[in-house]
Amino acid sequence: MTELQVTCMQHLLLYLPRSVRAPSPARLHACRCSCTRSAYRPEPSSTHDWVGPPNPLSNLRPIVYHIPENETELEKRLRNLRQETEDWNHNFWAKQNITFSKEKEAFIISQLKAKGLTLRDEDGRRRSLSSEEMAMFYKNFLDKNRLRHANYNKEWYRRNFTITLLMARVTLNSVWRTVSERHSSKKNGTPTS
Amino acid sequence: MHRREPSNWLTYQHLNFLKRQVSFTGSCISCNWFDGTHKPQTEFSHLKPTAENAAVQNVSASRKAGSPDEPPHVQVETEEEKQARLDRQWKQLKVDRADLPDIYARLSKIKLTALVVTTAAAGFAMAPVPFDPIIFFVSSLGTGLASCAANSINQYFEMPFDSNMNRTKNRPLVRGQISPLHAVSFALACGVPGVALLTLAVNPLTGFLGALNIFLYTCCYTPLKRLSITNTWVGAVVGAIPPVMGWTAATGCLEPGALLLGGFLYSWQFPHFNALSWNLREDYSRGGYRMMSVTHPTMCKRVALRHSLGLIGLSTLAPVLDVTTWTFPIISLPINLYISYLAFRFYHKGDRSSARKLFFCSLWHLPMLLLLALTCKKYSRNQEGATLPAASLPLTLPAN
Repeated sequence: MTELQVTCMQHLLLYLPRSVRAPSPARLHACRCSCTRSAYRPEPSSTHDWVGPPNPLSNLRPIVYHIPENETELEKRLRNLRQETEDWNHNFWAKQNITFSKEKEAFIISQLKAKGLTLRDEDGRRRSLSSEEMAMFYKNFLDKNRLRHANYNKEWYRRNFTITLLMARVTLNSVWRTVSERHSSKKNGTPTS
Repeated sequence: MHRREPSNWLTYQHLNFLKRQVSFTGSCISCNWFDGTHKPQTEFSHLKPTAENAAVQNVSASRKAGSPDEPPHVQVETEEEKQARLDRQWKQLKVDRADLPDIYARLSKIKLTALVVTTAAAGFAMAPVPFDPIIFFVSSLGTGLASCAANSINQYFEMPFDSNMNRTKNRPLVRGQISPLHAVSFALACGVPGVALLTLAVNPLTGFLGALNIFLYTCCYTPLKRLSITNTWVGAVVGAIPPVMGWTAATGCLEPGALLLGGFLYSWQFPHFNALSWNLREDYSRGGYRMMSVTHPTMCKRVALRHSLGLIGLSTLAPVLDVTTWTFPIISLPINLYISYLAFRFYHKGDRSSARKLFFCSLWHLPMLLLLALTCKKYSRNQEGATLPAASLPLTLPAN
């Protein structure tokens, strides 16, 4: 195991209930922990999008958009817009989640300090606050970010609409193309039916 | 490979506790505690590890919202198997015909739709006119289609928010099972025939109410959820409209009785939703949803109590409006008192368990109340009071 993995294991074990805390060596090896992100990202296919597992920071799923052969301008525009929106979305939510966790952590520590308690109790377990105490933090977080959320909302709706309209146009275009190709191939094809 | 018996040492409660400690800032540990059947989406990121911050990253990283009560179990797998499983988690967005019914069911929130149709059916049944099974069926179908459309558009709008809330992580658009265009097309394919069916086969008033409800839900309630707490009141109106629709489908006009039934749903919504949202405060806060339970907790509890008591008042109003006999307020008193009692406890204690109790009570309270109302329905009415607009039912059968 790398040093990172060992640290991970130690951290992980700290949060397990007492009954589990002292695992046998067999158990330790059994729990495989890898701290490297699987950087696997499939190549864009020409027919279908690839949808990946949710990102741990933003909880959004990355998509590798398909690049059709003879991609039209419209399709390219759609693909770029979707990719850009996905990145923008990911950034917003990753930032949101990280900020939330950081501020929550800081709040818990400050509240515990005000009570004169340490972060961990005698067993080494983290203390947590009651849901009423946490409610103060949740309210504060929402109020602080109100404008930011409202702006995100507006922007997200606008992008969502644009993407859907573009998708509709692309679909209609490709249907029209297929129909007209079939029609023209029928005309130029077999003379007798 | 040895499997450990999960219930012996790691229970759902433990993992929930661990999940609450999640911090995204620190180390990147995530371990696979689930086997493949749970389709874990545990992710490994190489953020900088911090020693004392000791964050356990998402031990229960993705728990499917649909299976909250199953204990997780542990499977040991080799590195290659794990990598292969991760690779497999990239899926092509290819819609399999066989999956479509399940996807559509989840897209349209089929259980919620069924509840909406039930309340509309109750409204129909409570109307003091001869029961017409054809119109009953048609109006139920139209209401169901309208509800499917509204729910699909709601999910289409809320995709990134749903991804970040545990309750809604399992939805089709979040999981990337269908494209947004597909969801919108499905919504149109349900909504347009649904409203058309209501307008043409039942009556225009019901069709109008159906379209209004879709609009209120998708264009008012959904965006308002992130802007202001008034969303809960708008949502209560949305819930109140289906029984009114049922009544107007039967009688063709908006009468006080219809509004009373709508009033029942409106008032019921508050103990139901306020109790539900009480235990979801963290998710709502992180997701940016402005709910009373987060921003105005005292108001949240007060409103729930007020409307629970209001249900008693509305039940008493029912015989006054000739909707039911006087038996109804009496036999509904026990359940109304019980939910008021739970709302009172929620008001006083305001903790997770009282909220949960109130929520679960609301789930059986409403069907019970409607059933009792149905058994006490007043069948005889004054001739001036009842209006039977045969003219507004263009597709009446000759036999009728």
